Amino acid sequence: MNASVPIKHTQAESDLIGRFDTARGALTGSVAVTALREAAVSQIRDKGLPHRRVEEYKYTDLRAFMKAAAPMAAAADEATVRTLLDSHDAFDGLERYRIVVANGAFLPGLSDIEALAGEGVSVASLTEELAGPHGAQLLASPKSAANDGVLALNTAFVQGGVVVTVKEGAEVSRPVELIHVAASAGAQISRNRIVVAKGAKLSLLETFAGDSGDGEINTVFDYDVADSASLATTRLIVGQSHAARLFTSITTIGAKAEFKSLGFIAGPRFTRNQQFVNFAGENSNAGIYGVTMARDEDLADQTLIVDHAVPNCNSREFFKTVLDGRAKGVYQGRINVAPHAQKTDGEMMTQALLLSEEAEMANKPELEIFADDVICAHGATSGQIDEDLLFYLRARGIPEDEARTLLVLAFLAEAIEEYGEDDVTEGLEARVRDWLTGH
Amino acid sequence: MPAVQETIDRVKAIDVDQYKYGFVTDIDSERGAKGLSEETVRFLSAKKDEPEWMTEWRLDALRRFQQMEEPDWARVSYPKIDFDELYYWASPKSVEGPKSLDEVDPELLATYEKLGIPLREQEVLAGVEPKNRVAVDAVFDSVSVVTTFKEELKKAGVIFCSISEAVREYPDLVRKYLGSVVPVTDNYYATLNSAVFSDGSFVYVPEGVRCPMELSTYFRINEQNTGQFERTLIIAEKGAYVSYLEGCTAPQRDENQLHAAVVELVALDDAEIKYSTVQNWFPGDKDGKGGIYNFVTKRGDCRGKNSKISWTQVETGSAITWKYPSCILRGENSRGEFYSIAVANGYQQIDSGTKMIHLGKNSSSRIISKGISAGKSQNTYRGLVSAHRKASNARNFTQCDSLLIGQDCGAHTVPYIESKNASAQFEHEATTSKISDDQMFYCLQRGLTEEEAVALIVNGFVKDVIQQLPMEFAVEAQKLISISLEGSVG
Repeated sequence: MNASVPIKHTQAESDLIGRFDTARGALTGSVAVTALREAAVSQIRDKGLPHRRVEEYKYTDLRAFMKAAAPMAAAADEATVRTLLDSHDAFDGLERYRIVVANGAFLPGLSDIEALAGEGVSVASLTEELAGPHGAQLLASPKSAANDGVLALNTAFVQGGVVVTVKEGAEVSRPVELIHVAASAGAQISRNRIVVAKGAKLSLLETFAGDSGDGEINTVFDYDVADSASLATTRLIVGQSHAARLFTSITTIGAKAEFKSLGFIAGPRFTRNQQFVNFAGENSNAGIYGVTMARDEDLADQTLIVDHAVPNCNSREFFKTVLDGRAKGVYQGRINVAPHAQKTDGEMMTQALLLSEEAEMANKPELEIFADDVICAHGATSGQIDEDLLFYLRARGIPEDEARTLLVLAFLAEAIEEYGEDDVTEGLEARVRDWLTGH
Repeated sequence: MPAVQETIDRVKAIDVDQYKYGFVTDIDSERGAKGLSEETVRFLSAKKDEPEWMTEWRLDALRRFQQMEEPDWARVSYPKIDFDELYYWASPKSVEGPKSLDEVDPELLATYEKLGIPLREQEVLAGVEPKNRVAVDAVFDSVSVVTTFKEELKKAGVIFCSISEAVREYPDLVRKYLGSVVPVTDNYYATLNSAVFSDGSFVYVPEGVRCPMELSTYFRINEQNTGQFERTLIIAEKGAYVSYLEGCTAPQRDENQLHAAVVELVALDDAEIKYSTVQNWFPGDKDGKGGIYNFVTKRGDCRGKNSKISWTQVETGSAITWKYPSCILRGENSRGEFYSIAVANGYQQIDSGTKMIHLGKNSSSRIISKGISAGKSQNTYRGLVSAHRKASNARNFTQCDSLLIGQDCGAHTVPYIESKNASAQFEHEATTSKISDDQMFYCLQRGLTEEEAVALIVNGFVKDVIQQLPMEFAVEAQKLISISLEGSVG
C-alpha cells in the first residue's frame, strides 16, 4: 500500500533487473522504445512481479512461482530450428502457410514469405520496426492493462517477433501458422502485431515448439481487426515445460468486424493466457473461447477483459476447464460496458469439471455495466462428472475409463465446436485425446 | 432491454428526495469527548459499567485498530474519515436506566411513534392472541432505550436485551461468543467496532426453544457528528429457532455520518436463525450531500449439524453501503441463504454481497441478489462462494440480477467462485431460465410464461421473508416486491 517503501526483491526479481542491465545492448529500439523498456523495468523494480495481493493475479502468483529468472535466449541456430520444425506436428495434414519466430526473432528464410505475399500478406520483423519512427507505437498497452506486470516484462525484454499485415480486401485462402520455436534454453520474449485491413480475412494458428528450459516464455499478440475485417486466432499451448508461460492478447475490433479466438492450454506447469479485447467500432461480434486442461501441479489461468466501448456489439465468452491431480484452474473474465454502449449483448460462461479430489478451480466472471439498455449474462459452474451419465454409458457396455474419456471430450468439445473453425476442430480434439491418454 | 415503466415508477417513489425519516428529534443529550483514544474507550466502558475484561477487550481492539490501514478494494469512493472528529458516545439524557416506559422521555416516544415503531406492549385482549407481535429493542444513538416484551420472552427462556445489559447480566455467554464469529481483527471497521461499540442487541435462545415472537431492533442515529457502532450477538442453541428483524433510520444532515456495526450469529445443531434487515439510513440528498456511511460486518456461523442461517436484506438507504452478510457453513448439512434487494438512487454507492464458505459435508447455500441502480448511483454485487477440501457434496446456487434505470448509473457483479472439492457443485447463473428445472417445469406446465414463472419463483423467495416483516418497517419493501425482473442483466 505504501509505495514509497522499496520492496524486498525476490531472487527472480533481482535476476530480471540484472538481466536487463546485461541485455540492454542487445535490446534494440528507437529512443522512445528504450524509454518504454526502462519504464517497464522500473515497474518491476518498484512493484516486483505480480503476486496474489494484486487483484488480477489473486489466484496466479507469478512472484511466488518464479524462483529465478534465466538469461535471455541467444540467437537461434537455423539448423536446430529446422530439425524442431520437422518434428512439430500441430495441425498435421492441414494445408497452411508458415511464419517462424525462433528465440524471439523472425526467421524469414523458414517462412512462406513469397506465397503469403501472393495472398496479400506482408511480414516484417518487429526488431527492425522497433528501431523505426513508429517503434514505440508497436509497444502500446491497452488502457485495461496499463499496469499489467506480465506485459511490463514483455515490454522490457522484447527481442522481436513479426508484424503481419493482410492488405485491404484480401481473404487469405489457407490458415497461417505463426510458430514460435525455442531453439535453445533461455527466456523467449516476443511480440507480434497482426493487422487485418478493411474487409480482409485471416485464420491464424499460433503454435509453440522446442524447449526453453528454465527460461520463461512471454509472448504478446496485438491484433488490429479493421472495419468489416475478420480474424480467427487459435492458440495452442501444449507440451510440458516447467518455466512460466505467459501470453497476452491485445485486440482492437473495428466496425462490422468479426473476431474469434480460442485459447487451448494443456500441459505446461504454469500458464497465464490473458486477453484484452476492445470494441472500437459498432455492429461487431467477438467470440472468445477457452479450453483448459491441467493435471499434476499445473496451474492454468485464462484471464479476459472485454471492453464494450461502443454500442451495438455482441460478445460471447465460453470457457471450459478440466482439472485432474492437484491442478489449479483459474478463470477471470470481465465484461465492461461503457456508458452509452447501448444494445450491447454479452454472454459469458465458464464451466469446470474436476476429475480428482484435490483439484481446485477459481472462477470469477465479472460484469461492469454503465449502460441501461443492454443484455449481459454470465454463468459459472463447477462440479464433477455426472454419475448418471457415466452409468448410462457403462450400462451400454462402455468400459469406465473409456466412458470418462468420452464425457470429458464431449464437455470440452462444446467450446471447440462453438468456436466453429472447422479446419482446426479435428486437430484440437486430437490434442484433447492426447492429453487424456497422458501424451 | 430497458427497465419496464412500473419498475421505474416504483424506484422513483423511494428516491433519495422522498426520504421520510429525515427529521431531527430535539432532545437533551450528552456526548462523550470527541476523538478516538484510550480515554474515549475507557469513558465508554465506564459509562456502561462494564467489567474489567470487557474494557481490556476494547483496548486491545483499539491498539490493533491503530495499526491497521483503511481498505480500498470496494468500489466506493468517499473522502477519508477523520476518526478524531467523531463522537463515540451520545445518549439522550433521560434514559439512564428507565424502569418502565413511563419514565422514558416523551420526546423519544414521540420519535418512535413517528417512525411507526411500537414501543408499548399491546395489551392482550381476553382470549384473542394478537397476530404478528414483535418484541422491539430500540437503540437511539449509543444506547438502548427500551426493550419490549422482555418478561414474556423470559418465560420462554429467551434472553433478549441490549448488549450492554448482557455484558453485565450474562457475562459468561457474552464472553464465550463475542468475537467468536467476527474476530476482533477481522477487518478495519470490525476492529473499530470492537473498540468502541456502544449498544446493540443480545439474543439467546436456549435448547429446543422456538422463540414465541419476532424479535427486532430499531436503530436510530440522531446526534450530529456521531458514529453509531452497534454490536449484535445472536445465539441459537441446539434445535432453537429465532427470527430477528433490524431497521434503521437517521435524520437528514449535511455531513456524512458513520455507522459501523458488527453482527454475529451462532447456530448450533439443528438451530435456525433468520435475520432480516430493512436498511433505510439517510441516503444523502439529491445532490449527494450528507448521508450515512454504512460499513457493516455481518457474519453467521452454522456451527452445528443441520443448522441454518438465512439473511434477508432490503437496502434502500445509506450514502455508501459496504456490507457482506456471510455464512460459515461449518456443520454437516448446514445451510446458508442470502436474499437481497438493493436499490440505489441519487448518488448512493452500494458494494454489497455475501460470502458462503462451505467447510462441512453436504452443506448447501443459496444466493439471490437483485440490485437496482437509478440516478447517478453505483451498485456492486461482490460475493464469494468457496468449498474447502472437506466440504464434499457442497451445493451452491447463485443468482444475481442487476437492473439499471437511466444512463448515469452503474451495475457491477464481482463473484468469486472457488472450489477445492470435486464433489462440490456450484452454479452461478444470471440467465433467468436456470432457477430450478422442477419449479420451472411446474409453473410452465400450469400455463405461465417463462418470464412469469421466473418472476414468481424469484419474488416468491423474497416475498416469503418480506411478508414476515412488520408492515410498519417495510412499506418500501412491500413496494419492491412488485419490481419486475424484466430488463435485468446478470
